[in-house]
Amino acid sequence: MTVTEDNNVASAMREGAGDTLTGPATSRAERFTSYDVEAFEVPGGREENWRFTPMKRLRGLHDGSAVAKGEVKVETEVAPEAVVETVGREDSRLGVAGVPSDRIAAQAYSSFTTATVLTVPKETKTSGPNVLRLTGPGVGNTAYGHLQVRLEQFAEAVVVLDHQGSGTYADNVEFVVGDSAKLTVVAVQDWADDAVHVSEQHLKLGRDATLKHTVVTLGGDLVRISPTATFGDKGGDVELLGLYFADAGQHQEHRLFVDHAVANCKSNVMYKGALQGSSAHSVWIGDVLIRAAAEATDTYELNRNLVLTEGARADSVPNLEIETGEIEGAGHASATGRFDDEQLFYLQSRGIVEEQARRLVVRGFFHEILMKIDVPEVRERLEAAIEAELEAVGA
Amino acid sequence: MASLEIKDLHADVVTDEGNKEILKGVNLTVNAGEIHAIMGPNGSGKSTLSYAVAGHPKYEVTSGEVLLDGENVLEMSVDERARAGLFLAMQYPVEVPGVSMSNFLRTAATSVRGEAPKLRHWVKEVKEEMGKLDISAEFAERSVNEGFSGGEKKRHEILQLSLLKPKFAILDETDSGLDVDALRVVSQGVNDFKATSDAGIMLITHYTRILKHITPDVVHVFSEGKIVESGGRELADELEENGYIKYTGKGEPASV
Repeated sequence: MTVTEDNNVASAMREGAGDTLTGPATSRAERFTSYDVEAFEVPGGREENWRFTPMKRLRGLHDGSAVAKGEVKVETEVAPEAVVETVGREDSRLGVAGVPSDRIAAQAYSSFTTATVLTVPKETKTSGPNVLRLTGPGVGNTAYGHLQVRLEQFAEAVVVLDHQGSGTYADNVEFVVGDSAKLTVVAVQDWADDAVHVSEQHLKLGRDATLKHTVVTLGGDLVRISPTATFGDKGGDVELLGLYFADAGQHQEHRLFVDHAVANCKSNVMYKGALQGSSAHSVWIGDVLIRAAAEATDTYELNRNLVLTEGARADSVPNLEIETGEIEGAGHASATGRFDDEQLFYLQSRGIVEEQARRLVVRGFFHEILMKIDVPEVRERLEAAIEAELEAVGA
Repeated sequence: MASLEIKDLHADVVTDEGNKEILKGVNLTVNAGEIHAIMGPNGSGKSTLSYAVAGHPKYEVTSGEVLLDGENVLEMSVDERARAGLFLAMQYPVEVPGVSMSNFLRTAATSVRGEAPKLRHWVKEVKEEMGKLDISAEFAERSVNEGFSGGEKKRHEILQLSLLKPKFAILDETDSGLDVDALRVVSQGVNDFKATSDAGIMLITHYTRILKHITPDVVHVFSEGKIVESGGRELADELEENGYIKYTGKGEPASV
């Protein structure tokens, strides 16, 4: 087992969060962004935001050699109150939630032909969850895509993005949450073993808007999801949750960025992952930037990894940059460990066989996140998927 | 008739710096229905004895035998020992986040009994036992030991004792950290268990106060990794009076 834990804390305001002053090499605020793929240099793999990613397995998404030969099928199952449209690149609503911050996101933005837009009109609560089912372009094929979910003011909805199938796929997903709107998102990456998926997710919250964004990554050969949350006005509240389970050979990377640029906003990040099998690799990056104007910000981020077998590797890097002292609170926690022998001993000493004791511990580890997934169908499916993962290794 | 026989038990604690012998030849037989108090000063190896018998991975038995009804438990896995009828109420019960107490208790009971208890009977049984130990119903839905106070943890250990009904129980410092009321409730729980079973009990304690509630048949003094003296109740009284000075050369009291 290899574990790295870097803690870059510009200045920790919360008591107990530590007082190290080892500033990050560069501020996240300086990260280059552009809609145009040509504006980015081709990454070589040593850059800060690529250093954990196995570039060879990106199948050319990063250097322009991956030409779209397939399409991702988008099936929708939405409540009658929601409106689904398929629009062209010229649609002026697109791109408002954020600008691509790496070359693959820009490649996807420069390459998609049609986008799916799901709108929930103002003051409307959808009567049930809205499911967007995306099926990969198939083995050996590449596709680029674009999705936008928009909630107008005071709207309320639950949206499930369900990714499955094979192939190589890069996309941008926009969540535009209007003033006082409430959006719950669950994005499930249940890809086939061959799939490569690179996705930048742009979360933009209006005044007093609430967004709960949950990422669940189970399948795929390489999955790299980068959610970026920004606040357009005061009172925004974003919760970023994640659950991942990396098996032998899988690379699962989650790169979060919460950009607090306005006052009185809240963010809470909780990602938990389990790893098993040789070369299972997870990467979690949690960048939180509290800019000078973002007074009264309240933020906390947590990442926990449970390494179930030898040969798996979890990288966890929280970065907290704070440019104002006038905040409510800011903290982070990151820990990676193996099975706790004491927990196993305790359960076994009550007659529970080792295999079952291990399952109890893993289930318990994910329980906190699963309980926050308030879409029962999705939660039950995930519980079953975790059971299946555990069966596979005989843990 | 169940009995626990410990024969010339030697055990090491396993640390990063290597092994260190803690148990240096323990001999002890506890018959069914008997309560034996093991008393000793801090660091004498009392807890190591309980962990070694239960099979904690941090301790390694280097020689000797532990027989439960004639069967060598040292050859069994931790869970096999429990299913064979051995129970350890721990000094520091472990927190298991995300696993509810009710799920844990039912899973444990199913394992020990060999079949899932009928739900209706089970709910009633758990409720009754929780009531006896003054444990409020909300604990059933809380994670195992998570955020419990010291006293709450100990009550739950005794709750498990009463539900799992072992043939032989080791209670490791069950009295430590308990206030007077909690000590009475927990002791009553142990006495109730004793009254309804023919189990043998090994009661490990530093202090004599729990022995005012639970009456031992035999008292052993444990020092430097083995039993150095055995006697009746009066031995505890003597320890209460004089502390462990006779055994350690230091004036460590056995009463509070």
